[in-house]
Amino acid sequence: MQSKKEQKKIGREKLQRIIEICMAIENRTRDPFLLNVDDVISVVKEYFPQWQEADDLNLDSEAIHHLASVIKLQSEWVKHRSTSLYTDPFLLEEKIMQRCKEEMLEVFTGAWHPLVELEQLSLHSLAEAMRYWDGLLPLKERWLELAVSEVALGLASREELIQQRILGEKVFSDELECNWRDLKEKVKEKGVGGKMFYWDFIGADTYEETVQRAFLTSFLITYGYATLEIHPLEEEVFIKPFEMPNTKICTQQSISIPIAVTYENWQRWTRGELL
Amino acid sequence: MKKKKGVYASKMKRATHMLFYRRHQKPGVKGWELHKALGVDYPKVLDILDEYLKSLDLQVKTVFEEEITPAKKPSIEELDKARFYITLRGELTPKESKMIGWRIDDLAGLGVAISYIISKKGQAPRKDVENLLGQKLPGWKVSLNIDRYIRYGYLQQDDNDQLYLDWRTRAEVDERELINLLLNAETKKSQAKSSNATEEDTKVDEPENE
Repeated sequence: MQSKKEQKKIGREKLQRIIEICMAIENRTRDPFLLNVDDVISVVKEYFPQWQEADDLNLDSEAIHHLASVIKLQSEWVKHRSTSLYTDPFLLEEKIMQRCKEEMLEVFTGAWHPLVELEQLSLHSLAEAMRYWDGLLPLKERWLELAVSEVALGLASREELIQQRILGEKVFSDELECNWRDLKEKVKEKGVGGKMFYWDFIGADTYEETVQRAFLTSFLITYGYATLEIHPLEEEVFIKPFEMPNTKICTQQSISIPIAVTYENWQRWTRGELL
Repeated sequence: MKKKKGVYASKMKRATHMLFYRRHQKPGVKGWELHKALGVDYPKVLDILDEYLKSLDLQVKTVFEEEITPAKKPSIEELDKARFYITLRGELTPKESKMIGWRIDDLAGLGVAISYIISKKGQAPRKDVENLLGQKLPGWKVSLNIDRYIRYGYLQQDDNDQLYLDWRTRAEVDERELINLLLNAETKKSQAKSSNATEEDTKVDEPENE
């Protein structure tokens, strides 16, 4: 008769193995149908009543999560096979191998419709460029040497650096967390459907504070604490906080979304003209 | 009536400017940009432009978001999210493709890579594609070529060295047609072979008959 401790150990090992197999399938190194979903579910069910610690429950939910991904892959596989695009990869590989370069070229050009695009200067863009050139200050005026007076070397204290706004009062991560909590509260109060207008969140009484909030908000989005929802046609930008930081965002290919936080835009927001 | 015609003519011009000249890093225009510039009837303007371009062997190509082409007539929301391009309507001859800066090896390699990835449900390990191309191309060229396909937007690669089809393939290549051509080319070839063989058989038979 196995002790409870031993049973738990075996259960953990089984769940670990399930997760490993599922991950191998997700990485496409194994056929999704190699996994018997019913067997896996019965294993998960068998050990579930024994889990009490958070780590074990985490392992259990991780196994279920990966199992769901494998089921999704199985359904995609079935869907793909039922489309007319499905061709046996081995058959296709064989066909490709039989083709010489010329034949392959002929096949490809039969299905290839290259894009047409032009790059050309217009009179308008030339005139724009000339206007820019006229307004551009010469380098010697732009890069004037700063007249810096000589001072004796000394040490600056943290308070002095904070006073000169070189350092912030709080650690950056604390400030970020604080901003995230603020966003979640505001969305609860004023938001609709778990989101609120971007400008309503970053907008503050002073322009300086607005810029500071926009700066912090950009990090909230980059680090996966929140996301933006953009309706380009209506020119509306919403911000949506996540309940938990989405760490996967940092590993995905991201895009930059420029939002101009200019003084004019801030004034428009205070007048209620900007969302 | 005349006024309406004039409005559509000017909208068509505006659509031509937007579609032919590159406005962003990637070519093509998003539906919502056309919606904003041309108004809610922009699909009709694009239809007229497409009809006009037919005689020039060009077309307005629509690529829907997440590669899912709606089964029914697409809604305005679906069109707003789609991307529009101008592409060649017909086909280039192999000779013409050389004239637009592609070497025969590179283009054939691209065809092989795309069809292989399609056959693997849109995802294949880079190593497998390299092995396949390496059977007919020199090793040093294989990796360079794949990098080039990625740079041009035909393929994309993730952190696990898996290759996928990218935006340019979706805009330029008729995937179904490519697979059909690849499979049919074999049939045609074997048909040609068998008809040649029959002819030869007849030729052999002829003297005997004489």
